[in-house]
Amino acid sequence: MKYFIFLVSLLLNSAFVYVLGSRSVLPLPLGSFLSVQEGVWQNAEPVDADFNASLRFDALKGKVDVFLDDRLVPHVFAEQENDAYFVQGYLHAKFRLWQMEFQTHAAAGRVSEIVGEKAINFDRNQRRMGMVYAAENALAAMENDPQTISAIDAYTAGVNAYISSLKTSDLPIEYKLLGYQPEKWTNLKSALFTKQMTQTLAGYDRDFEFTNALKLLGEENFRILYPSIPDSLYPVIAKGTVYNKPLAVLNPPASADSLYFKRTDTIQFVEDFKPNPSNGSNSWAVCGNKTQSGKPILSNDPHLGLTLPSIWFEIQLRTPAFNAYGVSFPGLPGVVIGFNDSISFGFTNAGRDVKDYYEIQFRNADKQEYWFDSSWKPTTRRLEQIRIKNAKTVEDTVAYSVFGPVMYDKSFKTDLTAEKAYALKWVAHDTSNILKMWLLLNRAGNYSDYLEAIRHFNVPGQNIIFASKSGDIALWQQGSFPLRWNDQGLFVMPGTDSSYMWKGYIPHEENPHAYNPVEGYLSSANQRAADTSYPYFMPGSYEVYRAIAINRKLASMNYITAQDMQLLQNNNYNVFAEDARPILLKYAIKEQLSAVEKKYLSLVESWNLMNDATEKAPTCFTAWWDSLHAEVFNDDLVQDKMPLAKPEKFVLLEALQRDSSFKFIDNINTPDKEDLYQMVTVALKKAAKKLASLEKENKLEWAKYKNTTVYHLLKTNAMAFAREGLMNGGGNGIINASQHDHGPSWRMVVEMTSPTNAYGVYPGGQSGNPGSKFYDNFISHWAKGMYYKLWFMESAAIEGKKCKWKMSFASK
Amino acid sequence: MKFIVSAIITAALAFGLGLYFPWWTIVFAGMLTGFFIPQHWGLSFLSAFTGVFLLWGLMALFISVSNDHILAKRISMLVVKNSSPYLIILITALIGGLTSGLSASTARSLLNLFKK
Repeated sequence: MKYFIFLVSLLLNSAFVYVLGSRSVLPLPLGSFLSVQEGVWQNAEPVDADFNASLRFDALKGKVDVFLDDRLVPHVFAEQENDAYFVQGYLHAKFRLWQMEFQTHAAAGRVSEIVGEKAINFDRNQRRMGMVYAAENALAAMENDPQTISAIDAYTAGVNAYISSLKTSDLPIEYKLLGYQPEKWTNLKSALFTKQMTQTLAGYDRDFEFTNALKLLGEENFRILYPSIPDSLYPVIAKGTVYNKPLAVLNPPASADSLYFKRTDTIQFVEDFKPNPSNGSNSWAVCGNKTQSGKPILSNDPHLGLTLPSIWFEIQLRTPAFNAYGVSFPGLPGVVIGFNDSISFGFTNAGRDVKDYYEIQFRNADKQEYWFDSSWKPTTRRLEQIRIKNAKTVEDTVAYSVFGPVMYDKSFKTDLTAEKAYALKWVAHDTSNILKMWLLLNRAGNYSDYLEAIRHFNVPGQNIIFASKSGDIALWQQGSFPLRWNDQGLFVMPGTDSSYMWKGYIPHEENPHAYNPVEGYLSSANQRAADTSYPYFMPGSYEVYRAIAINRKLASMNYITAQDMQLLQNNNYNVFAEDARPILLKYAIKEQLSAVEKKYLSLVESWNLMNDATEKAPTCFTAWWDSLHAEVFNDDLVQDKMPLAKPEKFVLLEALQRDSSFKFIDNINTPDKEDLYQMVTVALKKAAKKLASLEKENKLEWAKYKNTTVYHLLKTNAMAFAREGLMNGGGNGIINASQHDHGPSWRMVVEMTSPTNAYGVYPGGQSGNPGSKFYDNFISHWAKGMYYKLWFMESAAIEGKKCKWKMSFASK
Repeated sequence: MKFIVSAIITAALAFGLGLYFPWWTIVFAGMLTGFFIPQHWGLSFLSAFTGVFLLWGLMALFISVSNDHILAKRISMLVVKNSSPYLIILITALIGGLTSGLSASTARSLLNLFKK
C-alpha cells in the first residue's frame, strides 16, 4: 500500500510539474506563466503606480529630467541633445519593448524564431523582398552622417540600458506568453523599422495583376477598368496649376510594343502579404486668413492598421537645440508627426508606384547567371538562414540581379519554371538616410529649414504638410519617384535588356508642391497629386473621395477654430454615396422587390448620407453597392490562380454616370444581355439576403456591422488584449476613415498661436503593458471623436511641478 | 498545531525560493516540510497545499486588487475564455498548492517506505 501511495504521489507530482512547466501539453506553461513571483502577475501594474525614479548611466553627458503627466506622456528636458535620444530610447523600451522587437523581427523576416513554422512563408517573403538588404543600405547612409549616427547611437544605448536592467519577472507579458527573451537593440533594428514603414506605405503595387488583365482583356478594356485618372479627381495641387516643361522626356524602348504591351503569357502565381491599400492619411493646413485666431492651423491623421500597443508613442523632447512635441515611433529617435516652437508638420502617403518587377531569365536552376544585354551575367547570392522555434533552420538562397533581389523564383513559387523568375526594383533598396529629415524637422524654424529637411527623404513618398507661426503654409510631395516613360512599370517588364531600366528620378524641384496658395488652404488625402497637366507619368494607388470631401469643406469654411478642425477630422459624410445612391435608386425595379428588399431600399433612400455609428443605411448602401460591383465584374475577372485586381469603386461609379449601358454590365456567362436595371435589382436582392442575416444578429447598425477593433499585434491569437466593438462611424472614403481594423492612428490639430494650441489623440495608450491602466485608456476618447489638449511644456522649473511623476537621469 | 506550523513553513520557504529561483522550486518547499515534519502523508499534502495555496492566492489577490483586476480579467479571458479575475486567482492558487502539496506527500510517502 505505501509503495502504491508513494508511486502515485511521485507520478502525480512529476506529471503536474512537467505539464505546467512545458509547452508540450498545454499551449502555455501555466506554472511559470501564472507563478505569482515570476509570471504575469508581476506585470499587473498597480493603478496608483509610482513612476518616480532616479537613474544613473555612464553614457549620459548631462542631466535629463523627465516629467510624466497624468496621461503618462513624458516631457523630456535634456541638457545635451543626444542625451534626449538616449532617454527616448530608454522610455520607448520601458513602455514598448516587446512591440519594438516584434516589429523589427517582422521587418527582418524573423517571426519564425518566435512563433515557429507557421511564419516561414512570411519570413521568406520579407527576406526575398530584400528588407534586410534595404535596412543595411539605410544604416550605411546613417553612419555616414555624424549627426544621425550620434543620435541613433544614443538612442540604441538608451534602449539597451533598459533591457540590461530587466529581470525575468519584469519581462513584458508577450515574452512570457511566447516563451523567449529580448535580445540587444541595434542601430540596424532602427533602420529595419524605417523599412517596415516603407513596406507598409510604399510596398503596394499591382504589376502582376495588371499584366494579366492586359493580356486577358486587351488594351482598350484594360484602360476602362484601370484608368490612371478618375474624372472626379481633386488633386493635391490645385487643377489648372501650370507646370514647367519636363526636364527629361522619356520614350519607351523600341521593343516595348512586342515585349511589354503584347505579352504572350500570363502570370500564374499569387503574391502573399500585400500591404493594405487603405494605408493612407488626411492632412490639411489653413492659413491665418481663414482662421479665427489669424494663425495657421495644421491637421493630420495618418490611417494605418489599428494595433495595441499602438504604433505611436507621444513625447515632448526639449534640448538646447529645439523643443518638439508629437508622436514618435518606438524604434526611432525624434518626433515624427508634431510641432516645435515655430513650425508644425504632418504626413500623408503619396501612394506613388516605386516598385517594379522585371522578368529574369536564369541560365539554369542554380540561379548563378541570368541573361542581360546579350550575355550571361553573374548574380550575387545572399544566403538567408531562417531560424525556427522548435524546428531546424531553413536556408533560402536569394539571387540578386542588376535590378535588385530576385523575389519570385521556382524555389519560392513552385508554379514557376526553373529559368523564369521575377526581380524586384524598389526605391526602398536605395541608400538613403530618412531619419535625417526628422532630426532636421524637429529643429526647423521656417519654410527654408523645412525644405532643407525634407530633401533627405526618399521613401516612402509622402505629402509633407507644413505650417509656421510666422504664417506660412506649404506642402510638398516628397520622395524619389522614378522617371518613367508612359505606362512604364504598370506591367512586368523584360529583365533581359537595360533599356527597360529606370533612368533616374524626377528632379526634386519638379515634385508637386504648393506654398501659401491663394485659396488659403492645402490638403492631401492620398489622391493623385496632380492632374494631367503634370508632365511626368505618375502611376500609383490613389484614393478619390476623402479629398473631395475635405476640399469642399475647407473651401467653404472661414473663421476656423481648432475645434472646427477636430470636427472635420471626425466628419462622416459619404461623398461617394452622394453620387452612387441616385444610380441605385434609379435602376432598382421596385415591382420585383419583396417587402424586406423594399425596406432596405427605403433605408438607403431616406439616408442622410452620414456614415454615423447608429445608422443602418450605410450598411445597406455598402452591401448593395459591393454586390453590384461583384455582379458587374466577377464574370469578367475570374481569378483562380491568375491574380487580377478588382477595379476600384470610382471606376464603376464613373462608368455608370457616363453610360448606363456600360459594356461590362452584361454577364458573359448567360445567353441573355443583362441591363443596368436587372443588375441593380439582382444586386439588391443578393445584398438583402446578407442584410437580413445581419439584422437577425442585430448587426445592421453601421458601427456594429463594421465592428471597429483595435487588435493586439498578435491579432486573433491574443483577443484578450484587443478592444473590440467600438461604437464609431466613418469608413472607407470618408474623412473619418475608421474601418474595421484600420483608420486614424493619430489625430492631431495644431493651431500656430503663441502659446501653441494643440490637440491630439490615438487609439491606444502610452504603455504597451496589457496589465497597465495606461494600455488602452485613450481608446474610448478616440472612438467618441474627442481629443486631449497637448501640454507643450515651456519650463521645467514651473510646469514640471504640476506633473505627476519625475524621472531624473544623470551620468554616474 | 503541527499542521499550521507545517503550512506556514512551507509557505515561507516557497516565498523565499520564489524570490531567486524559477517557480517549480516550490517543489523543494513541499519536500522539505514533507521530510522533516512528521505527519500522516495525507496531512503533509494538505498542509503544504494549504500553505502555498494561501501564499499564491493571497499574493495574487493583493496584486490584482491594487491593479483593479485589469490584468486578471485579460489573463482569465486568455487562459479560460472567461473574464473572471477570481477564477484566475483560484487557478493560480491551485497550481501553487498542488505543486507543493504533491511534493510534500511524495517526500513523506517516500520516508514511509523506510519506516518499520
